[in-house]
Amino acid sequence: MTAYVLQRLIQSVLVLLAVSVVVFFAVYGIGDPIELLVPPQVSAAERAALVRRLGLDLPVWQQYFTFMGNALKGDLGRSFVHGVPAIELILARLPATFELVLLAMSLAAAVGVPLGLLAGLDPESRPARLIMGGTVLGYSLPSFWKGMMLILLFGVALGWLPTAGRGEMVSVLGFQTSLLTVDGLRHLLLPALNLAIPNMALMIRLVAAGTTEAMTQDYVKYARAKGVRRKRIVGRHVLRNILIPVVTVVGIEFGSLVAFSTITETVFAWPGMGKLLIDSIYHLDRPVVVAYVLLATLLFVLVNFLVDILYAALDPRVKLTGEMA
Amino acid sequence: MTAPLLEVRGLKTVFHALDGAWPAVDGVDLVVRRGEVLGLVGESGSGKSVTGFSLVQLIDAPGEVIAGDVLFNGEDLRLASGERLRSLRGDRIAMIFQDPLMTLNPVLSIGEQMCEAILEHRDCSRQDALNAAAKALSRVGISSPETRLKQFPHEFSGGMRQRVAIATALLNEPDLIIADEPTTALDVTIQSQILYEVQKLSRESGTAILWITHDLAVVAELADRVAVMYAGRIVETGPVDDILDHPLHPYTLGLLNSSAATINPGERLKQIDGAAPRIDSRPSGCPFRPRCERVLPSCAEEDPMPQIRGERIFRCHNPVPHGEAS
Repeated sequence: MTAYVLQRLIQSVLVLLAVSVVVFFAVYGIGDPIELLVPPQVSAAERAALVRRLGLDLPVWQQYFTFMGNALKGDLGRSFVHGVPAIELILARLPATFELVLLAMSLAAAVGVPLGLLAGLDPESRPARLIMGGTVLGYSLPSFWKGMMLILLFGVALGWLPTAGRGEMVSVLGFQTSLLTVDGLRHLLLPALNLAIPNMALMIRLVAAGTTEAMTQDYVKYARAKGVRRKRIVGRHVLRNILIPVVTVVGIEFGSLVAFSTITETVFAWPGMGKLLIDSIYHLDRPVVVAYVLLATLLFVLVNFLVDILYAALDPRVKLTGEMA
Repeated sequence: MTAPLLEVRGLKTVFHALDGAWPAVDGVDLVVRRGEVLGLVGESGSGKSVTGFSLVQLIDAPGEVIAGDVLFNGEDLRLASGERLRSLRGDRIAMIFQDPLMTLNPVLSIGEQMCEAILEHRDCSRQDALNAAAKALSRVGISSPETRLKQFPHEFSGGMRQRVAIATALLNEPDLIIADEPTTALDVTIQSQILYEVQKLSRESGTAILWITHDLAVVAELADRVAVMYAGRIVETGPVDDILDHPLHPYTLGLLNSSAATINPGERLKQIDGAAPRIDSRPSGCPFRPRCERVLPSCAEEDPMPQIRGERIFRCHNPVPHGEAS
């Protein structure tokens, strides 16, 4: 186990290094932020001074090494736009996104797993066909359109739910959260639903396919021959086997939602990380974008690690060892 | 004579396809008496496994049991409710499957998979169930059963897994065990150990066994009576010694002659010409007719009906005369 953790650690560092190179040079290639930062009426001397102060006059490889040198000391640079450390800027937005994604993934799993089981147990039935048809819609409708339709329906036509912002928040352990107030939850519901729908669809299809396959396995027939009740066959024999792919997808989706729920956050004016990313790209705020992507990478690495540990807990055949597999 | 434990009459199981319903089991009659071992013998595709699953109504679409009576302790299982069948399965009628590598759920512990066979049938504590499971494991020769119960299927070899399946079948002291080629996937030394143990257990507990196999040598070793199956029907039934010494049906004779145990060393194995007919192209009259050495003109016209001769039943117009089993 120790060898395994150590090996994963080394791998993670290599991944972060590779990502930092790619992102840094990619962002450099997008354009020169100085055009956006400096108003046209500023004098050439002032402009040159700013370029020097931000280090933009150096060749790109030198800029990269400066960045890496600072990064190793824990400094991912300051935002060109806001003048505060990029990492602070991102972390300040993290709780908003985190609670949104948490609710969205919980919704997706709470609805997706039972519906998937239902559809998978009797794939030819009418409800199953209806559910599977619904998943095609749920997965393929674009997020921005779905978001606006949710706003139109629940916000405008029915007037049931607010459509923008975080609502009333309370402070828990130093973090602001909307999860614990009624008003906050009402604000959360629509954006969370918008994020949850495609994941729900994905989960339903995954669970349904896994269930249909598992039900034809010999171990299910054997359990029936032992007189095991259907409830237990589905709830224990089948569910336990299909949880493994479900956990994988939940992990990957959790990571990507935290990092890239940009569209939903924009549509619902949710002050989360996704909105920060898109704003920073607009302003070519290089340090924020780079720090953001590195943080997202770290998040994925972490989630994958957790998923691997869950695998070992769910599947007795999986052992976490340090060997390269 | 007491009423038989299991009496099957005219059992017919079809598989539905686009172009019709093909009978895999085509009018099977069987009797299993209390405490006896009945060997059900046949080639691949003869319908013997489907027969086994049909008895406990474990046939899934596109298969369907469409006719016949399955009387178990006088109760017709074809008329029984789903819940009644469930309560019988694993309790009064246990099954052992062919491939021990596939039948155990890979993500549940051996202990859990054995205990559920008890806990789904009677009220008792988990600990009592575990104790019973441990006892059953040691009965089939698995050492340190308490440790083994905590392990998972992948930590067992094929032979050990089949022992687990046999131990599981014994848990509720059933009246009947249906064993579907349980030793086919195992190597020969383990096979004979398991045969020996099953025979011992059946004698000790008075459990009747329906042993489905393609292997006549196994039947000779284990069974009290034999039923030979061909193309979805029983072509010959009788006490094991009578059938092995004096087969009446030409197919049984062919099976015996093609078995390695019956010939002298160095001699070529005889085989039955041709192959068993596919389910969708069975010949008229007697289905064995195209491969039969003793075929008569009447075989094509008239399906031979079961004839009774003492303890034996056979379906043939031209049975093998006494003493011709060479």
